[in-house]
Amino acid sequence: MAPKSARVTRNPELIPGVRKISRSKMYHKRGLWAIKAKNGGKFPHHDKAPAATPVVEKPPKFYPADDIKKPLSNKRKPKPTKLRASIIPGTVLILLAGRFKGKRVVFLKQLSSGLLLVTGPYKINGVPLRRVNQAYVIGTSTKVDISGVNVEKFDDKYFAKQVEKKKKKGESEFFEAEKQDKNALPTEKKDDQKAVDAPLLKAIEAVADLKAYLGARFTLKDGMKPHELMF
Amino acid sequence: MPFKRYVEIGRVALVNYGKEYGKLVVIVDVIDQNRALVDAPDMVRSQMNFKRLSLTDIKIDIKRVPKKKTLIAAMEAADVKGKWEKSSWGRKLIVQKRRASLNDFDRFKLMLAKIKRAGVVRQELAKLKKETAA
Repeated sequence: MAPKSARVTRNPELIPGVRKISRSKMYHKRGLWAIKAKNGGKFPHHDKAPAATPVVEKPPKFYPADDIKKPLSNKRKPKPTKLRASIIPGTVLILLAGRFKGKRVVFLKQLSSGLLLVTGPYKINGVPLRRVNQAYVIGTSTKVDISGVNVEKFDDKYFAKQVEKKKKKGESEFFEAEKQDKNALPTEKKDDQKAVDAPLLKAIEAVADLKAYLGARFTLKDGMKPHELMF
Repeated sequence: MPFKRYVEIGRVALVNYGKEYGKLVVIVDVIDQNRALVDAPDMVRSQMNFKRLSLTDIKIDIKRVPKKKTLIAAMEAADVKGKWEKSSWGRKLIVQKRRASLNDFDRFKLMLAKIKRAGVVRQELAKLKKETAA
């Protein structure tokens, strides 16, 4: 439809309560006489549309004993965690908690759950492809060239625990066999680790001392004040 | 032990408290027993309590409350910046600033360099010890 320009009122208010044109003049202006004339002296009248007959609902067979309150509907959609400005793909991070606390690690990408995907690289400091929470991480200003790495295939589903099929029959022997299988890391994951680490290692070896840096753990020593340190 | 650094017009001082912390300023006038009128090339001329100033050895030749242009010219002529950066006090401050601005990676590289230097020194010492023992 053509855009409507802002309509100017036909009967402006001069002062509050007093309009410009009288009732009879407005009747004429609005053309109500013409509408009446078209309709043979009377104002056109439309009958009400026939009301749709309501569907007969059978009364329910069962009423619950107590009136239960319905909880209010919650349409909140949680937003993905905001990534700190200092953390960009390729940044060296210092892990602060968990098994690898103090390790310096390379950041790859942020997953859809908000967690950060991170790798040692494994050969340098033993940290595999792993998810890490942003809150337990210090972002340093050291960056590694990450352009040769393809991290498209990694998402939260990749890190989900393997679901164990229930085995009711057969006891001790079955359990031992299964335990052994589970503890060994599937070769697919090992290959993924190697594929991600290979270009990273090349980029790291290009910078002097960076390999040793990533292999060392971060510790606070005498006189170091974290709030005064620049990372 | 007599005083050597006096509050006088042209005395260069280091601000040790407040918004202008760490800046070198020149005393251009004395207001009263506690305050001086102070000026620097990159700030508006303002008053400061003497307690906020640490006097340095540097003095420049100016008249009472010079114009900004004159002040800058006098500072260039006396080479305040150069003298300051050569003095041991000034060098210490520069080193402090550099150390505070070190990255985590820089601190690691520094540690490696210190260990290497200590290793070299120890080798030389061992050589000298062998010579005197022999």
